[in-house]
This record gives sequence, C-alpha cells and structure tokens, in this order.
Amino acid sequence: MELIKPNINLDFVGKRRMAVIFSAALILIGLVSLIVKGGPNYGIDFAGGSLVQVKFTEATTAKDIKAALQDLDLRGLTVQQFGDEANEFLLRAQESSSKLEGLSKTIGGALDAAYGVDQAEIRRAEMVGPQVGKDLRKKGLMAILYAMIGILIYVTWRFEFRFAVGAIVALVHDVIITLGAFSLSGKEIDLPIIAAFLAIIGYSLNDTIIVYDRIRENQGKHGKQGLEFIINRSINETLSRTLLTSGTTLLVVLALFIFGGGVIHNFAFALLIGVLIGTFSSVFVASPLLIFWQNYRTRAKAKA
Amino acid sequence: MSKSIKVRGGIVLGCLLLSLISLAPTFFNGSLPSWWQKAFDPIHLGLDLQGGMHLVLGVDAEKAVESRLDAIVDQSEGLLREQDVIFKRVDRRNGQRLTVTVYDEQAGGQVDGLMAENFPDLEAMTLSAEGGYIEKNYRLSDKEVTRIKDYAVRQALETLRNRVDQFGVSEPTLQLQSGGRILIQLPGIKDPQRAIALLGKTARLEFMMVDEKADLQQAVQGNLPAGSKLLYERRVDPRSGAVSEIPLVVKDKTVMTGDLLSDAQVRIDPRFNDPYVAMDFNAVGAKRFDQITAANVGKRMAIVLDDTVYSAPVIRERISGGSAQVSGSFTEQEATDLAIVLRAGSLPAPVEILEDRTVGPSLGLDSIKRGVISVLIGSLLVLLAMGLYYNLFGVVANLALILNVVFVLAMLGMFKATLTLPGIGGIVLTIGMAVDANVLIFERIREELRLGKTARAALAAGYAKAFWTIIDANVTTLIAAVVLFQFGTGPVKGFAVTLSVGILASLFTAIFVSRLVFDFFLTRYDIKRLSI
Repeated sequence: MELIKPNINLDFVGKRRMAVIFSAALILIGLVSLIVKGGPNYGIDFAGGSLVQVKFTEATTAKDIKAALQDLDLRGLTVQQFGDEANEFLLRAQESSSKLEGLSKTIGGALDAAYGVDQAEIRRAEMVGPQVGKDLRKKGLMAILYAMIGILIYVTWRFEFRFAVGAIVALVHDVIITLGAFSLSGKEIDLPIIAAFLAIIGYSLNDTIIVYDRIRENQGKHGKQGLEFIINRSINETLSRTLLTSGTTLLVVLALFIFGGGVIHNFAFALLIGVLIGTFSSVFVASPLLIFWQNYRTRAKAKA
Repeated sequence: MSKSIKVRGGIVLGCLLLSLISLAPTFFNGSLPSWWQKAFDPIHLGLDLQGGMHLVLGVDAEKAVESRLDAIVDQSEGLLREQDVIFKRVDRRNGQRLTVTVYDEQAGGQVDGLMAENFPDLEAMTLSAEGGYIEKNYRLSDKEVTRIKDYAVRQALETLRNRVDQFGVSEPTLQLQSGGRILIQLPGIKDPQRAIALLGKTARLEFMMVDEKADLQQAVQGNLPAGSKLLYERRVDPRSGAVSEIPLVVKDKTVMTGDLLSDAQVRIDPRFNDPYVAMDFNAVGAKRFDQITAANVGKRMAIVLDDTVYSAPVIRERISGGSAQVSGSFTEQEATDLAIVLRAGSLPAPVEILEDRTVGPSLGLDSIKRGVISVLIGSLLVLLAMGLYYNLFGVVANLALILNVVFVLAMLGMFKATLTLPGIGGIVLTIGMAVDANVLIFERIREELRLGKTARAALAAGYAKAFWTIIDANVTTLIAAVVLFQFGTGPVKGFAVTLSVGILASLFTAIFVSRLVFDFFLTRYDIKRLSI
C-alpha cells in the first residue's frame, strides 16, 4: 500500500510564512493563557501540597464531599471527579503538613463519619513539602536544559551548528505549545509531565533529524539547485515515512490516552499534543529555519 | 544456508531463549522449579503499580549540634565545679553558642584554660561583659559542626533501617540523599499511618525526677521554678477512648537516657491484661539506675518519651536488677511499636516528613490492568497498520516489533530495573517508535526499487543508506532518556529506563533481526519481486 505517491512534490517551503503565522498564533494563545492564569498550573509535585484519591462504594458529588470535609478547614481544598464514574474523586489541598498524623487519616475519618464506615476507600495519598516541590521544579527545568545542550552538541557534531539551532528552536516550539495546551485545558503539570516533555523532545528530534539527514544527502546530489529546492525535496521524500511513523506513534499514544486510566491521563495527553506538534515542527519549523538563517546571513553579508 | 546467516540466526535465537527463560518467573510465578525462580527475579514493580509507601524524611541536623552543645554544657559544668572554678552559670545561647558566665578575669582565664584542654573542638569567641559579669563565649568549629551533622544523618539512616527491619516489610529501600534527606520505600505496606508513626518518632527516652514542690497551677500558667519544665502525661481512657492530658513538673536535668538500654519487650500485665514494655539496661545503665533509685527512694520518677510523660511511678525501693518498665495506657500495637523504637534506638535528631506518597494496592492493580490493555490495543493497531502498508515486509517488521517487546521486558528483569506506570507508557511509546527504523529502511528499499535495482541490491542499499539516519535519530532520543534517568525519581526514572532499553532493543530487532529474515529468504528462494 502507498499513501504518498513517490513523485509527490508539495510546496512545503513556500508555505513557510503561513506556517510561521500558525505557530506564532499557537504560541501566543498558550502564552496568553499562561499569563492570565499566572504561570503554569503546577501539581503538588512542584507546588507542594497534598492529594488524596478516594473511591466510594456509591456515587456521590463533589459538593457532598466538600460538605463532609468542611469542619477540617483545609486550605485551598478542591474536589474533582476522577475517571468516568461519579464514585472516585481527587481531593487536593495546599496543606503540606509534616505532622505525623497524615492528612489522609484525618480525611478518612471525616469521610467515615459522613458516609459510614468502609464506604470510602483511600486509594492514594500524596504529600509533597514546599521545599521538595521547589527542588523538583528546579531539577525538572535543569533536566530539560541539559537534554537540549546534549542534543545541541550531538547535532552540531553530526551535522552543522545551524542544523542544531534549527532543531533546538523546533524543540522549544514544541514544548511551549504543549505547555500552552496544558494551561488552556487547565491540566496540572507534575513529575510525569516532565518525562513526557523529554519524550516529546526525543520524538520531535527524531523526526527533525530524519529530514535533516535527507537534506544533507541531497546537498551532495543537487548542491546547485539552491537550499529551498533541496529542503522541499527532502521533506517530500521523507513525507511517507513521517506520516507512517507519526501515525503509528499516534495510534499507541491514543490507546494510552483512552485506555490508560486516570493516573496516566495527563501524561498521555502531553504525548498526544507533543507528537502532533513535533511532526508539524519538523516539517514546517526546523527545516525552513535553515532558509531564514541563510537569508539572514546573505543580507548581513550584503550590508557589510 | 551461508555461515553468516547461521551465526546471526544463532545469536537471535539465543537472545530469544534467554529472554523467555528469564521472563518465565514473571508470568508463571510459583509453578516453576525453585532454582529457576532463584536465578531470575520477576520484573520488579514500582510502588505506583504494586502499592506501597514512598517517604522522604529530612533530618533536622541542627538539633543534633544543639544537643551536642547541651552535653558539653553539662560536662563543663561538672568540670568547673570539680576544679573549684567560681562561675555563675554555663548555658547554650542562640542555638549554637556556649556561654560561661564568671565574676572576674581570673576565673575567666581558668575557664579558658580548662575549656581549651578538655574540648578541643570548641573555638573561643569574643568575650562580653554585662552587669559586672564576664561572659566567655565558645562555639563548635565548622569542621566539627559538619562532622556532627553528617554523623547525625548517617546515624538516623541506621536507626531507621533498624526500625524498618523490625517492622517487617519485604524489600524495603532506604537511601541517603543530598541535603540530609533520607528516602524510604516500603512496598506493599498495609498500614501506612503506623509506619509513619514508627519511623517519624525521635524516640528519645529520658528518665526525669518529678519536682514535687512545684505548684502545678502556677506552672500551667507559665510560672515555672528555675531548673524545671512542664510536661504532659497523655492518658487514654480504655472505655471511652477519650484523651486527657495531665500536667507534670519535672526537673530539667535528665537523670538517665534510653541510650543505656540493651533490650525492650512487650509484656502483658496479668492483673488487668494491659500491655507494657519491659526494658533491660546494659551494665553501665544498670549501675546508673541502681544509684539513681537508691538516692531517690520515695520520690517520683517520670519516664519521658519525646517530651511526653508515659508514666511517673514512685520509686518504692532501690532497683538493682537492671530493668524497668514503661506502662501507660496503650494498645498492644502501640506497645509493640514502642518496644521496636526503643530497641532500634533513638534518632540523633528529629525528622520531618518532606514527601509522602502512598498508593493503595487496589489502585496499583487497576493501573497494571489499564497499562496492559493500552499496550495490547496499541500494539494490535500498529501491527495491523504495518501489515497493511508493507505486506510481507510488514509482517517481518511486526515480528521484529514483537521480539522488541519481549527483549525490553527481559532486559528490565535482568537489569533489576523497576517497572512503573510511566514506564508502561514508555513501552507503549517504544512500540510506536520502534517501527520507525523499519519504516525508514522499507521506504529506502522502495526508493531503490523505483530506481530499477534488483531485489537483492535494493535490500542491501536500503539497509546501508538508512543505517546512519536511524542511529542519528535514536542517539538523540537516547540523550533525552539518559538525562531523564539522571534527574528522575521513582516513576519518572522508570519511564527513562523503558525508553532507553526500548531504543536499544529496537535498534537490534529492526536492523539486525529483520535483515536476517530477509537474507534467509533471499538465499533460500530465488526471489525476483519483493512484497513491500
């Protein structure tokens, strides 16, 4: 079977201005949402706080749970349904008490009193102190930074510096847009999301490198035809592969998103957005950037 | 069949066999001979999958420095008295400063000499005069402070390890982390609250004399006689469960501490069926206890744990046997836990909980179930897509993919890596990305065929040209995965592991194994057209 005709020649490079506008719009929407909401919506891993996941034997509502916990006077308590059925809830509070009597016990006691003994099962209880949260945030940022530096070095070594810059710009583009999507949908950033970001970086790069590799090969073959032609040709030649691999990856990530369960839902969401944007950016951002880079250099030379 | 194919086939079959043997204990646990299960551990599941508790405790090492200074205060007081130096008082100020207050220069000189001789770790600071007194200030050297803090953290780790061992958890993990933090993982723990209570207790056991002359009414209002302090005894009414706190004034000076214990056991008082903890002292402790009880017959001695009075019995007679007991109103479990912490020793400094993640076993099972379902559905979809798109070549890629998953799981088991929920996510992602290498190769082969090459030549060229592209693309992902591994804690680390292992396995299966299959058929049959 063939989805992409071998002699296909779509003008990707010619559409690069539209692509830039599209990217800029996505980034802008994300940034506006981030600014309006006062920064990323950190989960307890990074902000510190407590989280308790409770499963009830019968369906209940967030309002009833809040009422049951009213006397505990928990700071910043939110109750959110977890999964599809109305019998499992996530309770979050800003409290991060290091006291021995854990929050889960107090909450368990209050729920037992309101719903009856053995009606509410505490399935997960997490508490992260503010200091640990701060440390993790710093470590997460450093991890993303180190990964990018490592990639910059490797791509510079295997290709050229301008290729490395193009790849990094594409990566930053992907991460910012994914971050924006998280902000827009009100999803929380916690530890596994950092893992997802790094996976997105890895995936997007994978895609970019393959187009770059073809560009390098075609530079040898059609060196005289100009960069625009070479890039466009390379994107077209790898298009079949790009769509197929993105397709299979999307299939599995979608399976994870739909069937993976609530604990991993946000993680799968990040991957889903990341794979889509990563594919887009290798075709429309990373490679055309080489042209912008070259145009800029020739203009700079002309001036001098 | 050529020799090269035989050798390569042997390698692949060998790897597959080893993988299957090592994976058997994971899937058929219990029904295999014991040597088999001993040789290969089942895949280790993370706390998020099997349920359990992840704790990070911070040791308040400053407190260890303070208590070291307190000990020096005690010792130097005795020393100065012994040497007939006239002094007003010795005390610890602002946390980490030791101050000796004397009346004149001469005494000051004597103090300096004695302190320098007996406590070489102390550094003299400026002296100050106030209201006709001279205050000589000392502090611990930075080196000594660091040593005390380091020791406190290591000692705390040791004590916690003892407690965990006695608590009875299978395969606990205790690790020292930077900044005086201690990571504790207790898989499959049933009663997390009990574990926290047990681990978090400082368990500083002190024997203190009750100040009978003090006026309790006044003391509760904050008017304490000099050299004494107010503590509370916690009593639980066994019938109603009501907790009451009874104030008690004790003399500041601890007459004895729990360091001198050699054993602690739970016993049941036959009269009321109440549990209590019987303690045995070591030789030094027994002698000390003998002296104290002899000197204080008829007075009350408070048994204090972490500043809470457990009981304050009257000393009826001199106790020379080297044993004592803590009774109070506790349940049998509380008594058991008290005996455990007394046996394991006290923490050199209090700890606080910085991070606590507890996952119940039911959620873990749910996660495993859902993880497996998404892996299966994701794989099926990919297998279908590859089969449809590349026909027989797709079937070969699928074979490589299935082998890939088998190898990844086997490597996780053999490297004793931990499989977490994000780790399952990593496997899912690997399945999607692992076919990439084959897609790259197959697309190349199609290109070469279009150029009019023969089946065999197109195949060789496809593999040769795609090889470096595949390496470049995968190394960069590997860089991200390795960074993640360095950074990662728990679940995230699990993702980094499966992702890296997945990349390595996919390089092997997609390049090496698939090529072997094609070469096998090409040498065996005269193939003119490739089903790609």
